[in-house]
Amino acid sequence: MMRSQEDDIALVEHFRRGSKDAFEQIVKRYMKQSYFIALGLVGNHDDALDLSQEAFYRAYTHIDLLNSNRKFYPWFYQILRNLCFSHLRRNRVRQTVSLSDNQSRTGSSPTTDGFSPELVSERNENKEAVWRAIGQLSQKHREIIILRHFQQLSYEDIAQYLHCTQGTVMSRLYHARQKLRELLEDKKGGQL
Amino acid sequence: MVCEDYKDLMMGYLDNELTEEQRRTFEAHLAEHPECAAEFEQFKKLKEMTDQVILVEPEDKIWQQYWNNTYNRIERGLGWILFSVAAICLLIYGGFKIIEGIIKDPMTGWLLKIGLLALLAGLAILFVSVLRERLFFWKKDRYKDVRR
Repeated sequence: MMRSQEDDIALVEHFRRGSKDAFEQIVKRYMKQSYFIALGLVGNHDDALDLSQEAFYRAYTHIDLLNSNRKFYPWFYQILRNLCFSHLRRNRVRQTVSLSDNQSRTGSSPTTDGFSPELVSERNENKEAVWRAIGQLSQKHREIIILRHFQQLSYEDIAQYLHCTQGTVMSRLYHARQKLRELLEDKKGGQL
Repeated sequence: MVCEDYKDLMMGYLDNELTEEQRRTFEAHLAEHPECAAEFEQFKKLKEMTDQVILVEPEDKIWQQYWNNTYNRIERGLGWILFSVAAICLLIYGGFKIIEGIIKDPMTGWLLKIGLLALLAGLAILFVSVLRERLFFWKKDRYKDVRR
């Protein structure tokens, strides 16, 4: 981990001095992580791929805003999450009219942000239910679940990514998991 | 401390993020509060269920093409920026040349010449006004030097 951070700082320095290869190495190092974070936040393969690549483009053009002694990935994460959240907001606005039309016609409940069960490996009923419920969480709650469960980040790393304290991480996780539990229990009609 | 104060510790315990002392404190609390112990069991089950969800890994070719696609995006983005700047410069230059030609042409009527000059003066005033406003707000922006 320490080695990787030192490498990151050195790579960013090389990139600042004009090395395209250094940026290529950064992209290759973080592309999977970025894709899966975006996928967890927007719940769609094509959008996740597009948003993660767009985030790298923005990082490339705004690298001067990153302090030379700061780690690359926490800074990059802010770009990625902002892009994903803006994308979700735009989609919601676009869907509002058609969704309210559909609901008034069919009486269906609000859908998730497109969290398709096909994205879940070795699917079964439970896994699909959890994935769909994650899609129904608020952005803030979804984000913390993704960082903890899908990225397996420590509380220390999550706090660094979200610019908050570890106490806030625990508290947010509690509320996110509580909401997730309620959604699953509602679907199941009883305790988990 | 009341049960509410142990909710956050419950998450830390579940995720193995507590110090030894915090663990002992939390375990002692669970032993005395069966309702908290029951809630903890529910969260444990939820964690197990959530941990089982693994997302499908895209095909290898997606990763093989990832850098090329990102690089193309960077190249095109920079291309568009250059193109836009050049187009604006050329349009301004061309516009001025056309107006200069019309004004210098002795065949052009005075009314048209005065109209064109007034149009240019108006544009210049608007540009300076907007620029001054932007500069004023930029100087007052407390966050302009914030770097992450």
